[in-house]
Amino acid sequence: MLHIKCPHCGMRSQNEFSYGGDATIKRPELGKEVSDQEWDDFVYNRKSLRGKHWELWQHLSGCRQWIKVERDTATHEIFKTLKANQEIS
Amino acid sequence: MQKYSIFNLIKNAFSNHEKWDLAWKDPTPKSEYDVVIIGGGGHGLATAYYLAKEHNITNVAIIEKGWIGGGNVGRNTTIIRSNYMHDDNALFSEFGMDLWRKMSQDLNYNVMFSPRGIINLAHSDAQMNVYARRGNSMRLNGIDAELLNREQVREIIPMADFSENVRFPIFGGLMQPSAGTARHDAVAWGYARQADSLGVDIIQNCEVTGFDVSGGKIKGVRTSRGDIKVKKIGLCVAGSTNILAEKLNMTVPIETHLLQACVSEPVKPVLDRVVTFGAGHFYISQSDKGEMVMGGDLDGYNSYAQRGNLPTLQHVLTEGIAMMPFLSKLKMLRTWGGIMDMSMDGSPIIDKTHIEGLYLNCGWCYGGFKATPASGWTFAHTIAQDRVHELNAGYSLNRFNKGHLLDEKGLGTKTWIS
Repeated sequence: MLHIKCPHCGMRSQNEFSYGGDATIKRPELGKEVSDQEWDDFVYNRKSLRGKHWELWQHLSGCRQWIKVERDTATHEIFKTLKANQEIS
Repeated sequence: MQKYSIFNLIKNAFSNHEKWDLAWKDPTPKSEYDVVIIGGGGHGLATAYYLAKEHNITNVAIIEKGWIGGGNVGRNTTIIRSNYMHDDNALFSEFGMDLWRKMSQDLNYNVMFSPRGIINLAHSDAQMNVYARRGNSMRLNGIDAELLNREQVREIIPMADFSENVRFPIFGGLMQPSAGTARHDAVAWGYARQADSLGVDIIQNCEVTGFDVSGGKIKGVRTSRGDIKVKKIGLCVAGSTNILAEKLNMTVPIETHLLQACVSEPVKPVLDRVVTFGAGHFYISQSDKGEMVMGGDLDGYNSYAQRGNLPTLQHVLTEGIAMMPFLSKLKMLRTWGGIMDMSMDGSPIIDKTHIEGLYLNCGWCYGGFKATPASGWTFAHTIAQDRVHELNAGYSLNRFNKGHLLDEKGLGTKTWIS
C-alpha cells in the first residue's frame, strides 16, 4: 500500500486519497486565443512518464485538500509532496 | 513445419516426443526488413501473421524487448466478447468473434476457445432498461443478446446471491451466449508459430532504443541488437506506448495504468459462464483447472509496475463476495498485475500517424485480449495498404482532436476521472 505524506495532515495510507493525474498540465490561459492543438494537449495528450512523475492527489477522506506528489511510476516510491499552490521545483 | 495432428502425435510418441520441430526459430535480426512490428504480444504476433497470410508480406520482423507473450496477453482474464453498443466497437468485435471461432483450425493450435456465454448482471430497473437498449443495439448489428429476468439468471448461476435483503439485488442480466474464454498463452504461441512458419522473424530480447526519421518518413529503427533499415513500422506495444511515443517526439491521448487480476485455489466445476457484477466492476469465470479467475478496477494511478497494491484488490473482491458469497471461503492462489494503455475515451487506436510509414496500434484499456485477432487483422491491412480498413476507421488517432470520441461505456472508459 502507498503511504502518502499529506503536507497538511502528515503520513496517511493510500485509502484516504483519490488520484488526480499529471500535475504539470496547465490550462491554457483565459482570454487568449487557444488553438485546437493546445486544447487537445491540455485535455487528452499525456506523457505518462516512466520514472519520476509529479501528480495530483486529493486527501478525500482527510482534509480534502488537493496536493502534489512526486512518485516513481515504476517503483511506486514517493519522493516529495507539496501543497497544491506550491510550485514544483 | 510439422503439423499438429493425431498422426504426428502418435508418430512422435515413438521418439519420446523429443524430435518435434521448434515452434518458432530464434533468428538474428537482418539489416533490412519490409515491415517491423514492435511488440511481441498477442496483437503484434497476430499482425505479423495476417501480414504474411492475407497480404503476402513475409519480410517481416517482430521485435520484442522481453519474451513473446510475456506482457498482457499472458496476464489477462481471457474473456472474449462483442457485447458493445456503438457500431464501431460492435462490428469490429463481432468480426473478431468470427476469427476466434475459426482460430484453432486456422492456426493449427488448440487455443481452447470456449464460447460459454457472458452475463452482465443488472441490479436495478434502470439498469435493466439500459441493458435492453444495449441488447437491441447488439442484435441490430447481428450479435446475439438475450435479456434475462431474475429467475432466468438464477437458473444459470444459482450460486449468486439471490437472497432478499442484499444491497444490490439481482434484477436480471444481459447475456451474450456466443462470448466466452480462450487459453491466452496458446493464442500468442499459435500466432507466433504460424507467423514463423510463413517466414516472419521473431526477435526476442531486443529492445528498441530509437527511430530513424527523416523528412517525415520512417527510415529505420535502432535496437539493442543493431540498427534495422525499414520503411514501415507497426507500433504494437500497449502498456509502453507512452515510452516509445516519447522516442518519436509524439504525445498520445494515453495514460499508462496498472490493473490487477487474481485466481483462487482450484475447485470443482461450479461456474460455467463468465459473469460480471453490475453495481461495481468485477468479473469472474472458472478456468479449466478449476481456479476462479477474477478481476476488476484499475489501481487508479499512473504506473509501469507490473504489480499492484492491496486496497484495490480488497475492493474488487468485496464486490465479488457481494455477488457470489461462496468466494469468501476460497483461498487466493495468485495475484498479478499488468500495465494498461488507458486511452482517454476507453476505445483503442489503430491508425496511421503523421510520420509516413509509422502505424499505431494502442489504447486497448483492459479490452485488448478479446481484440487480438481483429486488431491483428485490421492493423495488418492498415500497414499493408497504407489506409485504414472500414472496421478500424472509428479507431482513429485524431478523433480526440476532432471531437469524435468513441465513448462506449465498456468500463475502462475513464482513466482517473472516475
